Amino acid sequence: MLRITGGQVYDPANNVNGVVRDLCIENGRVVADVSGGRTIDASGMIIFPGGVDVHTHVAGAALNFARGMIPEQQRMARAITRSKVQRAGIGGSTPTTFATGYLYAGLGYTTVNEAAVPILSARHTHEELHDTPILDKSCCALMANNELLLDLFEAGEFEKAREVTAWLIYAAKAYGVKAVNPGGVTGWKWGKDCKGLNDVVPGYKKVTPSTIISALAKIVDDLGLPHPLHLHCNNLGAPGNFTTTLETMKLLEGNRAHMAHLQYHSYGGDDWYTMKSESATIAEYFNAHPNLTTDAGAVLFGDTVTITADGPWQHLLYKLTGKKWGNIDVENETGCGVVPYVYKEKNLVNAVQWAVGLELLLLINDPWRVSLTTDHPNGAAFWRYPEIIQLLMSSEFRKEELKKLAPKAMKRIILPELTREYTLSEIAIITSAGPARALGLKQKGHLGIGADADVAIFNAGKDVARMFSYPRYVIKSGEVVIEEGEIRKTVDGKGFLVKPHFDPKIEDYIRPLFQQVYTMSFDNYPVEMSRIVHPDVRPCTPHKQ
Amino acid sequence: MTKTILTLKKAPHVPLEAEVISPDVFATLSHDGVRSLTVFLGKRQLRLDEFFDVEGPGSESIEIHGDAARVKWIGKTMTRGQITVHGNAGTHLGAYMKGGTIEVTGNAADWVGGEMKGGFIRVAGDAGGLIGAAYRGSVTGMSGGTILIGGIAGTEIGMRMKRGTIVIGGAVRDFAGLQMKGGTIVLMSGAELRTGAWMARGTIISLKPLKLMPTFGQACTYVPTFLQMYAKHLNTLGFSMPCDVKDGYYQRYTGDSSVPGKGEVLIWQPIR
Repeated sequence: MLRITGGQVYDPANNVNGVVRDLCIENGRVVADVSGGRTIDASGMIIFPGGVDVHTHVAGAALNFARGMIPEQQRMARAITRSKVQRAGIGGSTPTTFATGYLYAGLGYTTVNEAAVPILSARHTHEELHDTPILDKSCCALMANNELLLDLFEAGEFEKAREVTAWLIYAAKAYGVKAVNPGGVTGWKWGKDCKGLNDVVPGYKKVTPSTIISALAKIVDDLGLPHPLHLHCNNLGAPGNFTTTLETMKLLEGNRAHMAHLQYHSYGGDDWYTMKSESATIAEYFNAHPNLTTDAGAVLFGDTVTITADGPWQHLLYKLTGKKWGNIDVENETGCGVVPYVYKEKNLVNAVQWAVGLELLLLINDPWRVSLTTDHPNGAAFWRYPEIIQLLMSSEFRKEELKKLAPKAMKRIILPELTREYTLSEIAIITSAGPARALGLKQKGHLGIGADADVAIFNAGKDVARMFSYPRYVIKSGEVVIEEGEIRKTVDGKGFLVKPHFDPKIEDYIRPLFQQVYTMSFDNYPVEMSRIVHPDVRPCTPHKQ
Repeated sequence: MTKTILTLKKAPHVPLEAEVISPDVFATLSHDGVRSLTVFLGKRQLRLDEFFDVEGPGSESIEIHGDAARVKWIGKTMTRGQITVHGNAGTHLGAYMKGGTIEVTGNAADWVGGEMKGGFIRVAGDAGGLIGAAYRGSVTGMSGGTILIGGIAGTEIGMRMKRGTIVIGGAVRDFAGLQMKGGTIVLMSGAELRTGAWMARGTIISLKPLKLMPTFGQACTYVPTFLQMYAKHLNTLGFSMPCDVKDGYYQRYTGDSSVPGKGEVLIWQPIR
């Protein structure tokens, strides 16, 4: 039992905006009242629902590959020393598993969505997620280049494809469906890519990216998954790609979709020398279409490592940087590339990327539909979120930071013209309430009666970056995990997953195909339920627009 | 000038991690402050005075006495001042240093001046390998400063170095200047195999014949003007480098063409 008194509560989902009121917690839930138990005096502090990250990469084969590839960054990374409550680890752009939990909790975040899990390495991913303490986790399984599905799309068997998708989701113990560069990653296996939505996928006669996107978005809605199709569009990172993004969004009319890291998809210009921001065009379309949600995928300057299932793009990035490149073959499911990268202020392309992330956050009117992310670790490590919050809350600070860019960059961006400043309530929306809603997690992202008791308490102060970097208290499922800025207790998180309806007979179709093309035995493929330590199976309700 | 004198009481049985031994750390500390600095013996965090007798207050001039061959990271990231080691020094001596001077009267272990940016290191005796090299995963090794080794050295000296100078009095082992991108390595007594492998730019000067890889091509014979400047400078540091046309000339080779690279290897040919 816990009572938090005297704090200013920001709970946008329940229209509570900075009201001083008591918050009572019992058995891991927010309740109306408690008698007895501990009381925390939160006078002079602000109270947020625990943060929710809708798109991050924190576990799995690709992450481990990246961890191994950047000893030069990890040497410089923050060391987390062992204590009675925490295990040793390191921070940096790809923190170790336990450190990931501590660092996220250290920002007041309590729920994360691992956005890209190849089903073949789902078991490994769940093991790592289990070793990521404190946080509740969900994950999205990569589907848009799965050749079992593509073959069915080619044959026009969309009903069967739905059954296979549902089976795959449950086999991976996933929560949602992720599509990465639909068709393009399959093309990568032929040394090619799919830049346009109507390019025929190499190796196929009819299937195009638009076939895959429409079919998957419909399947996800028909199955009634709580989280819509999580889509990484074609043509990521390329100058002039905003047209592809617009076409994709038009294609999605009539279905729900989450447009991942929109920053990487909002560029104009013809080549690297003329690349500019098209965030205004993208935001205008996005504002008018409530079937879509998105996350910023913002970029901050500095060292990081890029990790994505988008194999062809990573090869291109490697050719641009000339440094290191890792490529993982994920059989006939997806691809993967890892490239360490440095975003530089004086680099025009990087300056445009930095501006576009912020522009989208400022131009999208409805904070409920845009979440704060850096596509960790692609744009920057998640523990740098407070820097973005500071940029969003102060146009003066943005002006100062803009001075660091090359003067030439000013013509390519519209950030200097934007004067909007986020309020604390809006920050609570983009870091917690909004992403919880986008993920369809009803018990997260708010502090109403019955909500999960995930709470972040910050010292109110003028230095926003500092305030959000060091929460005074963090409460996860009613347990005080961080107190006075220190980890005091580590708890296990839950694993969210779904079991969409499918006909068990679909296995008779998959099994022989599987035995023919996979290197793994079919019986070893699905992740057993016992591998998920605290599973929470969320209901599916078929969604009608 | 005030000095801080550290005398090793007893050589540690496993390497002692002592990156606190640096003028930047010592400068503002009192005698007690220096004594209470933390060093790591394996996973144990201990006080500096458990291993060293400390004389004098903290200062920018540090002297170390005793066999410090198992004391690692002496002068790490230092930017100023002076460290003199009367005896041997352990691995990672002067790693990441930006300025100041380190002198060792005995031998040093591997990784002398790893990724250093500036400053001066002189080792009178022998040194290990990977002098001025890039740490694992890094793109560039030393990017400035000077390292002088009186005796012999190990493998991969100057690996991925970008700028700066390394001079080795004795013979060095394999892969000198591996993947180097710039800077100068002077080999007073030659090297073993595969000198300059993967070099993209930079200069390796050898006063003794080298067995070069087939990916190096002979370019010309000459005595470049810059070598006379170099020789003059190295003379003041106690290394005598020939550069007079009446004594001989340098054979210039370029490579490594397998990268492909534009590095040069200059080999002294005396006129008999």
